[in-house]
Amino acid sequence: MTDFPLLTALIFTPAAGALAALAIPRGRDDLQRAVGMTFSVATLGLAGFLLVKFEAGTPAFQFLEHKVWMRDLGVSYTLGVDGISLFMIVLTALLFPVMLLGSASIKKNLKAYTFFLLLLEAGIIGVFTSLDLIVFFVFWEVTLVPMYFLIGGWGYERRIYAAIKFFLYTMAGSALLLVGILTLSFLYAGDHGGQLTFNFLTLAGWDGLAGSTEKLLFLAFFAGFAVKVPLFPFHTWLPDAHTEAPTAGSVVLAAVLLKMGTYGFLRFSMTLFPEATVDLAPVLLVLATIGVIYGALMATVQPDIKRLIAYSSVAHLGFVVLGLFALTTQGMAGGVFTMIAHGLNTGALFLLVGMIYERRHTRQIADLRGLWKVAPRLGGLFLVAAFASVGLPGLSGFVGEFLVLLGAFLTQRPYAVISAVGVILAAVYLLWAYQRAFTGEPEGENAEMTDLNFREMATVVPLVLLSLVLGVYPKPILERVEPSLDVTIGHLEARTDYRRPLTPEVVVEEPETGGAPPVVEEHGSHEGEGE
Amino acid sequence: MNARDVLDLAWVVPALPLLGAAVLLLFGGRYLREPASGWIATLLMGGAFAWSVVTLIALWSLDSEERLHVTRMFDWIPSGSLQVSASFLVDPLAVTMILFVTGVGALIHLYAIGYMHGDERFSRFFLYLNLFAASMLILVLGGSFPVTFLGWEGVGVCSYLLISFWFERDSAAAAGKKAFVTNRVGDFGFLLAMFLVFFHLGTLEIAPALAGASVLSEGTATAIALLFFLGAVGKSAQLPLHVWLPDAMEGPTPVSALIHAATMVTAGVYLVVRTHPFFLAGDAGTVVAWVGVITAFTAATIALVHNDIKRVLAYSTISQLGYMFLAAGVGAYAAAIFHMVTHAFFKALLFLGAGSVIHGLHGEQDMRLMGGLRKYMPATAGTFIVAWLAIAGMVPLAGFWSKDEILAKAWFDGQVALWVLGAVTALLTAFYMTRQVWLVFFGEARWTHASDEATPHESPRVMTFPLVVLAGLTVFGGLLNLPFKSLEFLTKWLDPVFERTPGFEHIEADSFGVAFGLSVAAVLLGVAGIALAYRLYSRASGRDPARERLGAAAEFLEQGWRFDWLYETGIVKPGRKALDAVSRGFDLGIVDGAVNGIARALQLGGTEARRAQSGYVRRYAFAVFAGATLLIILAMTRATGA
Repeated sequence: MTDFPLLTALIFTPAAGALAALAIPRGRDDLQRAVGMTFSVATLGLAGFLLVKFEAGTPAFQFLEHKVWMRDLGVSYTLGVDGISLFMIVLTALLFPVMLLGSASIKKNLKAYTFFLLLLEAGIIGVFTSLDLIVFFVFWEVTLVPMYFLIGGWGYERRIYAAIKFFLYTMAGSALLLVGILTLSFLYAGDHGGQLTFNFLTLAGWDGLAGSTEKLLFLAFFAGFAVKVPLFPFHTWLPDAHTEAPTAGSVVLAAVLLKMGTYGFLRFSMTLFPEATVDLAPVLLVLATIGVIYGALMATVQPDIKRLIAYSSVAHLGFVVLGLFALTTQGMAGGVFTMIAHGLNTGALFLLVGMIYERRHTRQIADLRGLWKVAPRLGGLFLVAAFASVGLPGLSGFVGEFLVLLGAFLTQRPYAVISAVGVILAAVYLLWAYQRAFTGEPEGENAEMTDLNFREMATVVPLVLLSLVLGVYPKPILERVEPSLDVTIGHLEARTDYRRPLTPEVVVEEPETGGAPPVVEEHGSHEGEGE
Repeated sequence: MNARDVLDLAWVVPALPLLGAAVLLLFGGRYLREPASGWIATLLMGGAFAWSVVTLIALWSLDSEERLHVTRMFDWIPSGSLQVSASFLVDPLAVTMILFVTGVGALIHLYAIGYMHGDERFSRFFLYLNLFAASMLILVLGGSFPVTFLGWEGVGVCSYLLISFWFERDSAAAAGKKAFVTNRVGDFGFLLAMFLVFFHLGTLEIAPALAGASVLSEGTATAIALLFFLGAVGKSAQLPLHVWLPDAMEGPTPVSALIHAATMVTAGVYLVVRTHPFFLAGDAGTVVAWVGVITAFTAATIALVHNDIKRVLAYSTISQLGYMFLAAGVGAYAAAIFHMVTHAFFKALLFLGAGSVIHGLHGEQDMRLMGGLRKYMPATAGTFIVAWLAIAGMVPLAGFWSKDEILAKAWFDGQVALWVLGAVTALLTAFYMTRQVWLVFFGEARWTHASDEATPHESPRVMTFPLVVLAGLTVFGGLLNLPFKSLEFLTKWLDPVFERTPGFEHIEADSFGVAFGLSVAAVLLGVAGIALAYRLYSRASGRDPARERLGAAAEFLEQGWRFDWLYETGIVKPGRKALDAVSRGFDLGIVDGAVNGIARALQLGGTEARRAQSGYVRRYAFAVFAGATLLIILAMTRATGA
């Protein structure tokens, strides 16, 4: 590897773009947009480079950067990427240019808008690359502020209420997260002659927490992450924030910000607190399953289409948590895959809803009718994105959902069976909404609505196409994610008495002829073990 | 090139219509219009049929016990011990399916060129039709359960798109959604069945999973079988998930013929037959047979009273699918497939004939406003009559042989009760079909026409040609599987699929005399049904004697035994009301209210926030942020001190 600090570049390119946006005089909107585009596309280029250079088949952190920051405090600027974070970074880098392209209707204070968006991108990439808990927490908080201003500054009618609610909710969670981080380090220091450390890799290797303390710390982290996900019953900030945010805000919220919560569970909670993870997994599974069903049921009765999609996010993120805490390779891989697929599919849906709003100035499903007839491109793309979200095989949503449910079925059968009902419900709420808004004979303003223009197609089509590609060929993602998941599960097995399920192996001689009687080996492959 | 190399190319069969769909997606409407897009789609279907024949020959050339070929294309969903491959499985069952799907499919594509003439979304119609065919072919060729599920869901989506093709009509849009959602209930079963298979057998590839079924405990095998059957109940419109199919008649008639009669709705039967080792290893067959026969009977009673020409046929389809499940339930898999094939011929013919009538009457579907049409539409009437006699079970048409075989298998399996219900259904079938034929083609004309242009007319060649071909198949289709030792071609062809399954045995007739007696009884029941209906309707002159005699019961039957009413008042309406209440009361009131309450108690939210100037709020946000940062620094300094 060269010594080029790729991850730092990924964080600071959008940050530099944010500063550049500030430097441009007011009134030069064209320049402002060019700056936004340039820096976000440059970031995407770097992310593409990262993707190409990333070595598949190893769980190790790659592109490691390590600089001591505050030696006495044990804080270091440590960055690294593994299969889990890789795709979250790529997804983030992909969505920001798309969102900027989709923000053509933003005229008010474009300077600040561009500044906040690019700052947000820097923060998010920072979250997904940090391997030092303090650095992680700083980036975590950095994302909060631009998001707050994006909702409060460019949102809809009740934006102030939504922004404050978002801010307070997540701040409350973050405060506990910080307490948890500090306590963990203090306890570590107590065990190591007073030397504090916030280095994730060091802390992960330390095995000195008492059981009850570990549970309390797990819960402190849980507070921060569960609010972000959001897990039932901490979800009520989400419909408001989603609905009131401008389109780009909704997209970034759904596609990546929520995933910071599930990422937190997977990266930090599980490795730092293995005992508590295994012991408290049932709690998360219950909340996740409630989220899947409850989110879907609430989505069916929302009169506001953005709110409907917001509640569908509660359901999808429930699937993610279910998969992660099933603690099986398939479940966790499905969870990570759903994080990506939901980003693409829900991102596309929010973009399309934003385009409808720009034309019709309403989000009420009851006000819309027959849009498919007047806007076939919009209707067609919406339908594909909806089916992707419903989990139709061949599109990305299915791969994640299928793996989550199958993985959960192996260890947590009741939760998997109940959550599988969510598969039915997803079809109910999305197709019912589609029926009301897109079919029928359009009248009045609906009859005069224009179809998507080229720029708008250019924002949505890539997401939908990518969803199709990943639905047909998800292997490039799965094979990069799996080694890291195996290490996580292996860590749980080493520290607790949890053992991943054995899957039987059917040995059939020559299935072509089918002569020999089948044999099922009860102690067949113990996936990922040994080698 | 040896036979197995040819079989490796089985993917060509679905690839051709998929290519058509892609071409029409990219160029349809703007560059490709009527009729070019229709011909492209039809030709590609014809190509798929040709390649299916090649595949048949290649498979035929292998020794009978060698006739199983699996092609792995690439890893689809690899995760840990789960290795789902994109694979195709070619065996006599799959080849039988692709032959009639592509064959009947190509004919219906051709017919649709005429039927959809002048529709503003002509190209899009053929795009959906080709996409449907590709999905259906993937379904039956799937070599792993998820690949079959991909096709399974694909046909569901295409069905949705095609039912609501004229989506400006609210009823069409609602029917499409209803079909998809009802099918999803079945998909829930399909998914869980796959999970159970993987849990117990460690694979989702079809061939090894089926081979492993015999080592499962009886309870496990039964559970897996019943879950697959739940999927089949949804897809094949069996009780109690049948409610979507009558509404699906909102789609253009070629769609009803192709998807909702000949192919897609038989996917459930295919699934049960394909996964039969689980049914044989467990005890699920009885359930399948009973659900099938009860559905067959119930749907036939409903078909007695409907006035919409297509709805009668829809209930008839549900009923005939019930027969197939009856056969599959008693273990007569070849009989189920035989009836599936002959039904595809005569039911597609009936639907296309009905479409021709609707076309000739400029969109009229109410049989009370038809009558006497045989003089105006001779080709349609003639072919329709062939199909009518076939479904009524008259010798020697295809429908007689296949239905007779199912009833005989039920009898010789020792299930007399199943036979009785099945036989009564045969009588009802003959009756309602005769009623339909008389109301539409005989008697006096009850349609009015203001001008010569509005006079019913025969459909163009492109539509009548498929009718004639299908009529030929309906007449001679029985030759596929005549119930005489050396003439049971289809049974022998399918044998390798079933014979390697432990627990499978052919149901043999106890004696030729009894078998012959049963056949005679079945024919007599059919004749009785026809005679009864003829007696009532030949002199009815516009009245509906069956409905009159049934009295209040007719109402109940027309409402489909009130299943829709039950779901609407029992689930949908109260569900919606309850959810509304929960959304407002619980989610906003209690969960959210608690949060707002805390905020208000801390004087942070509520009124103050609303009064606040945005500048103030921004400063406030920065203050919180700065405070948090300060907290970090403070905490860290103290940490060093400690």
